[in-house]
Amino acid sequence: MDTREKDIEKLKDYKYGFTTDIENIKAPKGLNEDVIKFISNIKKEPQWMLDFRLKAYERLKLLKEPNWQKPKYPKINYQDLYYYSAPKSMKDKPKSLDELDPKLLETYKKLGIPLQEQARLNGIAVDAVFDSVSVATTFKGELTKHGIIFCSMSEAIQKHPNLVKKYLGTVIPVTDHFFATLNSAVFTDGSFVYIPEGVKCPMELSTYFRINASETGQFERTLIIADKGSYVSYLEGCTAPMRDENQLHAANVELIAFDDAEIKYSTVQNWYPGDENGKGGIYNFVTKRGLCKGKNSKISWTQVETGSAITWKYPSCILKGDNSIGEFYSIAITNNHQKADTGTKMIHLGKNTKSKIISKGISAGFSDMTYRGLVDINSKAKNSSNYTQCDSLLMGNKCGAHTVPYIKNKNFDSNIAHEATTSKISEEQLHYCQQRGLNPEEAVGLIVNGFCKEVLQQLPMEFAVEAQKLVGISLEGSVG
Amino acid sequence: MSEQLQSDFDKIVKTWKISKEEILIKKNFLNKFIESGFPNRKQEDWKFLDISQIIKKNISALSFFNDYSQSNKIDSSTFVDGLEHNKIIFINGRIEKIDFNYEDQNKIEISDETKKDISFDYENSLIDLNSAFTHKVFKILIKKDYSLKKPLIIYHSTNEKIKSTNINLRLDFELGENSCLKLIDYFSNNTTKNFINIFYNFNLETDSILKNYKIDKFRNNNLKYSFNNIEQGNNSVSETFILSAGSDYFKNEINCNLNGEYSSAFINGLFSLKEDQQHEIRSTINHLVENTKSYQLIKSVLGKHSKSAYQGRIFVNSKAQKTDGYQLSKAILLDETSEFNAKPELEIYADDVKCSHGSASGSLNEDSIFYLMSRGLNYQQSKELLINGFLLDVVEKITDSEIKNLIKNIIGLKE
Repeated sequence: MDTREKDIEKLKDYKYGFTTDIENIKAPKGLNEDVIKFISNIKKEPQWMLDFRLKAYERLKLLKEPNWQKPKYPKINYQDLYYYSAPKSMKDKPKSLDELDPKLLETYKKLGIPLQEQARLNGIAVDAVFDSVSVATTFKGELTKHGIIFCSMSEAIQKHPNLVKKYLGTVIPVTDHFFATLNSAVFTDGSFVYIPEGVKCPMELSTYFRINASETGQFERTLIIADKGSYVSYLEGCTAPMRDENQLHAANVELIAFDDAEIKYSTVQNWYPGDENGKGGIYNFVTKRGLCKGKNSKISWTQVETGSAITWKYPSCILKGDNSIGEFYSIAITNNHQKADTGTKMIHLGKNTKSKIISKGISAGFSDMTYRGLVDINSKAKNSSNYTQCDSLLMGNKCGAHTVPYIKNKNFDSNIAHEATTSKISEEQLHYCQQRGLNPEEAVGLIVNGFCKEVLQQLPMEFAVEAQKLVGISLEGSVG
Repeated sequence: MSEQLQSDFDKIVKTWKISKEEILIKKNFLNKFIESGFPNRKQEDWKFLDISQIIKKNISALSFFNDYSQSNKIDSSTFVDGLEHNKIIFINGRIEKIDFNYEDQNKIEISDETKKDISFDYENSLIDLNSAFTHKVFKILIKKDYSLKKPLIIYHSTNEKIKSTNINLRLDFELGENSCLKLIDYFSNNTTKNFINIFYNFNLETDSILKNYKIDKFRNNNLKYSFNNIEQGNNSVSETFILSAGSDYFKNEINCNLNGEYSSAFINGLFSLKEDQQHEIRSTINHLVENTKSYQLIKSVLGKHSKSAYQGRIFVNSKAQKTDGYQLSKAILLDETSEFNAKPELEIYADDVKCSHGSASGSLNEDSIFYLMSRGLNYQQSKELLINGFLLDVVEKITDSEIKNLIKNIIGLKE
């Protein structure tokens, strides 16, 4: 097989594994104050933003990398990474899609996000983040009409400094854990969403993240604010090229919901998982946290995690407002040598708060999957309730599935219920499906999709179809 | 604290008659303990209840030395009535009496010349502490094919001679093939502010049965820690029942290795707490071979300012196909200030297994109370009835009917 054929063969497994040859501007390698100043400078940030970063960096120097997680990884040399990488043509931001580098557009087309068409046909507003910077945001006009702000974080820092200054770092403070603080110091771009009072966002907002350059870390920062009585549904998708070295992705996502507001955040994470021998792949160490600040507010996380060599994240809800609701729906699939340690935290502070956790884990090959979750009901959170269900499915006896729930109930009016099961696909089920004419792989696909149904239902339509396919692809070759 | 440890240890070397070799072993453990100190909340296993803080708060100056040269008077009024039994009596950590009168003496072997080292992996500084300061380690061997006719009750009591003292004791049990032992740990402490550290080692050979009942019912101000290590051979059964209600602090830890096929482990626990009590059960069940089974049921009733924690872990090795593991923890919180923590953990590496866990906590169901009150009970009575029913569920799991009745009497649950 010549190299070209090999490449094609490889691409079959992970169809987003191509790289794009685009000239990049990079910050000097390493992590120090100068690099942070460089990032801040190149993005023409105001002084307060630089101060924010430097404060985080000061704090970072005191922090140690946590190591309580299940999947262990070789030590990351933080001085050997590029903390900023941007396509050269982006130095002067294009005014409209037509001015975009055609190569970039080509890349997004390959990813299945033809920006222009998508904008027109689907009515989904897209913000695409390539390596470190946001390259294009579609559908601006329609959104502006409703007073909705949907733009890149850098743009928001320039155009809406008051909002950013007021809310950035309020849910994930600069003094948080190691990776969150690292992000606060060096974050490059991300999405910013503000939904004004009483507005129901008329379309799904969506962001695509892509890591292209090698030896870079991607540190994006997303901030979503839903003002009183508003509603927004936000989608996030991620891919990366295939590379032999491991790449770090440490994003921070902050959500704030005021009185009666609702935020629905869906993720389909399909970073490059490494090859079947566990070489390469993305370290996906993400901090996602939502604050239900107001009364009757609601935050709902839905995630489909199929990619990444290591996934380590716990999208959480802080239920501060009375009657607020937090939800977490997750499917995590690991195959080959992938590892995942994921789950959620539900922190009940307000009265009558409710939370629901549905987690489905599927592990195959040599992979390892952990659900780790915290339900903490504070003594003031009267009449709160939580329901947790986490099911794991094992395929083969080389993989592992683990459940580590932490349950803290300090309020006698509140109820917590937790259930977990671990099982495998039964021979009877397989036999039944095969008898009806499905081949073993199709049969497994069908059964797994049924197993995940509760979560898939939560995804917006367009995403659900994609996710369903992804579930099938991720498990290819795991039967037999 | 390390100076105190060192000087108390020197006193031991001077006063206890122990060999040079033994001193060396003990010294080793002491150094290990001095290095790590009491466990604290930074360690995952001690996250919920931090023993180093609790000791600091309750006992200002803990002393580690006990004078074992003088015997203590045995108070027979504390003995359990209505059940014929064999006895081992610990007073202030000193073995005062070992009495197997009901048994065939040829079938039981007792020795205090056992090896002091520890054969399994552990990350627990309290075991180092125990090994450094424990006085004598008795080993009780039940020979092949012998079932004890009567249960063995181990009395743990302290008298006014000691205060703010750490007591360490250890017993090793070896159950030969097809033997059976029923063991009751009975705590009756009248003194206050002592820290009692108990370490049991059980080795269960093929087809043997161990039933261990820990009864800590009477209110006292002591802090206790108990660690059971159970190694199980083919087809063996271990049953552990814990009634955790009396002490200020009590943590029961059970580490069970199911090494033999068709072996099974059962753990049933009951917390009934009030007034600043903090109790915990932590279990680790390691399913290491095929066709093993474990079952755990833990229930808590929590009054004012009390706190209970349950950390249960089921580990299934990749070889251990056809494992059946189950955990259930339930709690009733009676007051605004009570707190329940749980961490039921599953770690599974085999695919053909049936493992599940459940946890539920909340207040008493008002509908049920209403139902009972509509039948003529008053509020208090209905509450009691519901709580008793809730607890009885665990007591009913006890397989020995004599002991079940004894425990029902002790708790005050009537048929």
